[in-house]
Amino acid sequence: MAEVSLRKVVKRYDEVEAVRGIDLDIADHEFVVLVGPSGCGKSTTLRMIAGLEDISDGDIMIGGDVVNDVPPKDRDIAMVFQNYALYPHMTVAENMSFGLRLKHYPKAEIKTRVAEAARMLDITDLIDRKPKQLSGGQRQRVAMGRAIVRNPKVFLFDEPLSNLDAKLRVQMRIEIKKVHQKVRTTTVYVTHDQVEAMTLADRVVVMNHGRIEQIGTPNELYHKPATRFVASFIGSPAMNFVPCRLEDVGGRMHIRLTDRLAFPVPPARAARYQAVLRTDKLLLGIRPEHITEARQHLEPGVEPFDAVLDVTEPMGMETLVYFTLDGTQICGRVNPNAGAQDGAPLRLAVDLNNIHLLNEVTGVVL
Amino acid sequence: MVDVAFQQNRVQATKAVRKRNGLHKALKRKSTVAFLMTLPLILLIAVLVVYPAFYSLHLATLNKSMTKFVGLGNFEFLFKRDTFWLVVKQSCIFAISAVIFKALIGFIVAHFVHNVPANKQRRWRGMLLVPWVIPPAMSTLAWLWLFDPSYSAFNYTLSFFGIGPIPWTGDANWARFSVILVNVWYGAPFFMIMYLAALKSVPEQLYEAAAIDGANWWQRIWYVTLPMMRNIIAITTLFSLIVTFANFDIVRILTAGGPLDHTHIFATWAFRVGIEGSDIPLGASVSLFMVPILAVAAIFILRDISKRGNEA
Repeated sequence: MAEVSLRKVVKRYDEVEAVRGIDLDIADHEFVVLVGPSGCGKSTTLRMIAGLEDISDGDIMIGGDVVNDVPPKDRDIAMVFQNYALYPHMTVAENMSFGLRLKHYPKAEIKTRVAEAARMLDITDLIDRKPKQLSGGQRQRVAMGRAIVRNPKVFLFDEPLSNLDAKLRVQMRIEIKKVHQKVRTTTVYVTHDQVEAMTLADRVVVMNHGRIEQIGTPNELYHKPATRFVASFIGSPAMNFVPCRLEDVGGRMHIRLTDRLAFPVPPARAARYQAVLRTDKLLLGIRPEHITEARQHLEPGVEPFDAVLDVTEPMGMETLVYFTLDGTQICGRVNPNAGAQDGAPLRLAVDLNNIHLLNEVTGVVL
Repeated sequence: MVDVAFQQNRVQATKAVRKRNGLHKALKRKSTVAFLMTLPLILLIAVLVVYPAFYSLHLATLNKSMTKFVGLGNFEFLFKRDTFWLVVKQSCIFAISAVIFKALIGFIVAHFVHNVPANKQRRWRGMLLVPWVIPPAMSTLAWLWLFDPSYSAFNYTLSFFGIGPIPWTGDANWARFSVILVNVWYGAPFFMIMYLAALKSVPEQLYEAAAIDGANWWQRIWYVTLPMMRNIIAITTLFSLIVTFANFDIVRILTAGGPLDHTHIFATWAFRVGIEGSDIPLGASVSLFMVPILAVAAIFILRDISKRGNEA
């Protein structure tokens, strides 16, 4: 068990900077997920923590010790790979005990540890099989078992679920969470799937172009994104962005979306946006669940408007509706009983208490 | 793909020979077409391999003038000759030690080449294959010159260190060493290229997993590389053992079996006895002796390849 710290970590490949100066502190027992689109440097960062890639600049510390020049085998870490990387010529038990056998642990202890991990992962019956005789989900469990028996300072997961089918992925996600609740080892987990990131993490690190965009709990990222990238990356369906500007009508701040459509800003929000120049080009960021059907009684800050729906997508517990506002497609989530139909008009309501205003040029959330 | 191609042929064939019913039916069967297509190779093997093999079996049962059937008489005669047992011993020493060194050197060089950056690898691969692509009859002549008693370039170089002169092909043990050396030089690139291919097929993540599990470089080779390459190593070794056992050109050119028959192996001795000694039946008997020895080796090496094949 240990904390992990990254100080201005840089990775350069010849001309390309894959990781551009990352600062990150991971507490003991914490489950941190690095998430971002492919090529954002998340896997490279993980591999630098593992020692599989050299660090071009900066420091990495595990348990307070700088490990920049420590080889992987001496870092006391365990890693689960995307394609499992099980040794095909060894049985499940041999795969799991390989690290312990190399360190010359007593046979009895190896046996207990393997049995314990196998019981935790429910693979006791498979212990004598070869990886080839296992399904994808079972292999994934063995790969995790191999990490668990080592009882390392840090677990590293490199997109461990991306080779599984959708159903199994959800199941294994829960499994990983359960294991972490039992073992409590500091964990760094890399994925490109924002749902995995949100569901597993104590804290999520959103990365883009080799930099950290934002670090926060899943709820912080969802409700208080710092940049347009984070706002659009987290959440499915993604947040809507509509060009807008601020104006004052009759002493009250309004958000003008089109010539005909403007909404008054609730007082709490208005105070926050007071300093924004009225001439600035802005983006209104609003999540689909904050555009719903208009009810009889509207809460304060919820404003009604009429829209003609282009497409509706019934999802069962809700219906996604798509309409166009001055050329921008917008998605809303309405009750399945609201009577939304393709091509039909519908009275919708927008919850202005949950809007985000972004600077269109810098992408920073104001 | 192949199936589809055959189907198209069948349709065209149907149109062309609709009236000739027998041929039509025969061509309709995929196996017939396949047989016809492999026929040239089958004929080639029949004429150049199967016929000579049976003919040599027949020859081995005749007397020297090939007029009388003597049964196993030739073999009885061979068993009583010391030279024959010397040749058996030398063939085994030659083949086994040459294959071991070829495999070792090939394995080590393959690792070096594998670690060369990708853009320079082609060049190295090409250069290292040169010994293997030069016809051995020609390259052995160059070696013969290097080993020459009067002009040996090796002895000249060694003389600067106060060593030698070494009778490379004149002394029995040195001559054995020399033919093995040339054979290793000629055959190691084959192992190198096979092992290189095998190395490239080992997933990089297995090494990374092993590195994290705490394996040092030697343990990575022992626990990851070697088990992953086992089948390739077994097949390459067997193939090379057969080829080396049956070697003719290198020994023939370098020492011609000398000094005093101390470098003869089966093929060269069969040539000496059969062609040069004009006792073709006896020569055939000598060469037939390779069959049981190689068969035993093949059974041992290939015994559990199919079993292991399922693991990888």
